[in-house]
Amino acid sequence: MPVQYQGIIVEHQTVRTVAGLFDLGHMGQLVVRGSDALAFLQYVTPNDVARLRPGEAQYSMLLYPNGGVVDDILVYFHPVGDHYFLVVNAANTTKDVAWLLEQRRGRSDLQVDIIDVSNQTGMLAIQGPKAETILQRLTPIDLTEISSFQAVLADVAGTPAMVARTGYTGEDGFELYPPIESVTSLWDRLLEAGTPDGMLPIGLGARDTLRLEACLPLYGNELSAEITPLEAGLSWVVKFDKGNFIGREALWRQKSDGVPRKLVGFRMVERGGVPRARCEVLVDGHVVGFVTSGTTSPTLRENIGLALIAREHAGIGRPLDVMIRGRPVRAEQVRLPFYRRTR
Amino acid sequence: MVRVEPGLRYTRTHEWAKVIGDIAIVGVTDYAQSELGDITYLELPPPGTAVKQGEPMGVIESVKAASDIYAPVSGEVIEANQSIVATPEKVNSSPYDEAWLVKVRMSDPRELDILMDEAAYEQFLAEEAAAH
Repeated sequence: MPVQYQGIIVEHQTVRTVAGLFDLGHMGQLVVRGSDALAFLQYVTPNDVARLRPGEAQYSMLLYPNGGVVDDILVYFHPVGDHYFLVVNAANTTKDVAWLLEQRRGRSDLQVDIIDVSNQTGMLAIQGPKAETILQRLTPIDLTEISSFQAVLADVAGTPAMVARTGYTGEDGFELYPPIESVTSLWDRLLEAGTPDGMLPIGLGARDTLRLEACLPLYGNELSAEITPLEAGLSWVVKFDKGNFIGREALWRQKSDGVPRKLVGFRMVERGGVPRARCEVLVDGHVVGFVTSGTTSPTLRENIGLALIAREHAGIGRPLDVMIRGRPVRAEQVRLPFYRRTR
Repeated sequence: MVRVEPGLRYTRTHEWAKVIGDIAIVGVTDYAQSELGDITYLELPPPGTAVKQGEPMGVIESVKAASDIYAPVSGEVIEANQSIVATPEKVNSSPYDEAWLVKVRMSDPRELDILMDEAAYEQFLAEEAAAH
């Protein structure tokens, strides 16, 4: 996936107004199966996997015992209903597999297989207000019957694929998982089907600005081994009532003691540059945190960012100073997300 | 294909200088803008600033990256293009014309000798491309 095809701003706006096509072949996919697959996933993830019926997906994570994040993931209960399908971040795939195998060794009571299928699995996404219309031209199944975070097996342009109503842009859309050998022909067919509407291929640059406007976290920025889901504002992922899971004790303690840091959104109110990840954040001249992601928002046409700051300084409307090239530049905290689709 | 404008002098950091008497009009090249992508922010030295050849004199930012602008020649800034600061996207659309950045009164015109002409810059771009 290149950083851009035609330009980040035009690609970004095309996804917001028409549709965009993403080649996500770099993402990792794992199959988790066996008679204790559910029990194992309940143990290694904080969300409640038991709530998934076949063909349903949930956003979740792999956590360290201290509550830090190994990776953020999507967990699908495969439509066939005999295994789970995990989508993990490209750069974390090897680490995730090693982590899962290590946890399995510690739970020899459970019968479970973990298989890295990244090399056999293609991944494309079509996102935007016209995504459904365009994709519908290539498949006999009725896409209107697939609701958010649901997946079905379907024929798409002659290729069998899992089709899920999921995404990472803040728009409606689908993610497709065809066999790897069909991915280039499917890409071509999708592009062909969407070109009359003005659909464009989308690069990594716009993928980042789209997800940031929609306030979707990026591993390595908003989430890491040093940041817990509670700090990142993702407490809804953590289901304390579902039984034991790795990280539960540490997160429960953090919740009881009060979460020390909070992820906040801000916009720059003074000229001085674009806030970038790892810029320091100051209040009254004291460092209170750091920027996790920042950009020029193509939708809002202003400089925005997310920052992890000491909780006592969080509050909509309250000022922050972001250090850009050694100078404090004034920002103001705003409500999140920066962008929410109206349709 | 990126455009190289004839009659200008070029730096290895992708600035250009157009020389009129002892004044150098300075901008960034078509290659620079295409590498940076959508440009959203410029910081230019105000008139009166002394700049030194090869040293940072400003900042250019795109959606994806920030980069320093290096002075192609030494001297004193006599004018900065305020209209381009307000419309930085013009660096993408018109890097050699509307998007001139500053005018510098040169203190040592012999410095121009170490800058590239268009043929040398084209060659330099080809070598850069081959190295990647």
